Amino acid sequence: MSDEGLLVTGIPTSEELARVTPPRERREKGPCVMIECFQRIPCDPCHYSCRFGAIKEFEDINDVPEVDWDKCTGCGMCIAACPGLAIFVVDESTGNEECRIAMPYEFVPLPEKGERVRLFDRAGTEVGTGVVERVIPGQKPQGTPVVWVRAPKELSLVARHLAVNREG
Amino acid sequence: MRKTELAVVGAGPAGISGALEAASYGVKVTLIDRGDRPGGQLVKQTHKFFGWHAKGAGTRGIVLAEQLARHIRENENVTFFGSTEALGYYSDKVLLLETPRGIEPLQCERLLVATGASEKMLLFPGNDLPGVYGAGAVQTLMNVYGVRPGRSVLMVGSGNIGLIVSYQLVQAGVRVAAVLEAMPVIGGYAVHASKIRRLGIPILTGHSIKEAYGDGQVEGAVIWKLDEKWNGIPGTEKDLKVDVICLATGLTPLGELLWQAGAQMEYVSELGGFVPLYDENMETTAKGVFVAGDASGVEEASTAMAEGKLAGLSAAWSLGRVPPEEFTRKREEIRNELYQLRAGPTGQKILRGLETLSKRAKKVTA
Repeated sequence: MSDEGLLVTGIPTSEELARVTPPRERREKGPCVMIECFQRIPCDPCHYSCRFGAIKEFEDINDVPEVDWDKCTGCGMCIAACPGLAIFVVDESTGNEECRIAMPYEFVPLPEKGERVRLFDRAGTEVGTGVVERVIPGQKPQGTPVVWVRAPKELSLVARHLAVNREG
Repeated sequence: MRKTELAVVGAGPAGISGALEAASYGVKVTLIDRGDRPGGQLVKQTHKFFGWHAKGAGTRGIVLAEQLARHIRENENVTFFGSTEALGYYSDKVLLLETPRGIEPLQCERLLVATGASEKMLLFPGNDLPGVYGAGAVQTLMNVYGVRPGRSVLMVGSGNIGLIVSYQLVQAGVRVAAVLEAMPVIGGYAVHASKIRRLGIPILTGHSIKEAYGDGQVEGAVIWKLDEKWNGIPGTEKDLKVDVICLATGLTPLGELLWQAGAQMEYVSELGGFVPLYDENMETTAKGVFVAGDASGVEEASTAMAEGKLAGLSAAWSLGRVPPEEFTRKREEIRNELYQLRAGPTGQKILRGLETLSKRAKKVTA
């Protein structure tokens, strides 16, 4: 993948991603948040959405979020709260070759539990498939649905979008 | 003749905020909009807004529009005139309105101009073909009327509007072939860009549209790379089969009423075009005429609402309704809020524009 820069490609660089990626030991312990928000913009709802104090308070409304992974439970409340749809939860604790990824999904139809979906990386390239474990639809029209998928472990830091495989 | 204390032209986020703020001090407000319902551009914005959690960040524009419309309906000091256009403002404080009932004068003590902005057109062969839309029209068709504008879209412009509308097109089941950006970097917020990249939409920086073609309607577009002087580079052309070309190439303040009212106008490119000189109370050089929102410089809804609130507060104060200490304290609060909203890198351009404007304002007063 090219590393030309987020503001040229719309895709975060590997350096930027490294800064927000939970350490492997943490990912293997259980679900934890990965906030892919790198640009100073005036926005703070993620901090207020976290009931565990894992997203630190903003001194300046333009600050980028800072996560305390020791406090994060991976509940995913912040995913639906982020206006930029930039928050994901990853979980590599399932003890097999799988992982779990939670992502925002504002499209219809919503996938159903047990359904196999196609997975895409940050450039929109298809990288594999996953099975939907849980769908939290959110309240219309305000909410952002959150979809949890089981995917091959190597996709936990790669897959960031899904598509439902149905006609229409 | 019908009378009001404050007439507000434009019922978008700035105008509504101004109307509600002034009304909270007992000012009788008449809120005017050419649309049939209040909300302005918010009524088609299905995405969530950024900003302060405490001030409703994370709320979708459509939800915010409903909330604001309800506040207007429930406020006995505010009268809403929909489907009404303001034609002119005259020195005897008469605002001339074109209403569904005909032409009517409105006597007003103060005027707040919150008319917003209009889209900039782009010059290229074929730009008059049916199928070439402004991004606002595409949003209106899709998000207000539920009409898909076409099957396959070329988006021109990667500011927040271009990025957001591209995302909404995909939500509506429309293919977006590419987003073009003449600048070497993406214009809008990175999170909006990332959101459409993972849908597989390419963002081509340093590119523009060369021409649109088609028999009676858009059937395709030729795009090309630009050199550092923004000239197309021959030999880099690519042909895209699309039936819609959506222009999101920026906005320019709608200042006709301000020109006509005699406010001194200045061209400030960072603010989108001609804007009125205004003071720290949002009052223009035309006495009793206030401005807020995109009409005072193109930004976004959070700053528009803060400016509207400041203008409404100032109008109420100038009518003798706000105790001086309260006015000063609240004004500083709002100005501080505006400062913080503009403190990030994307606010720097606006701050430069405002600095230019304030230098020119000082020249006028000196």
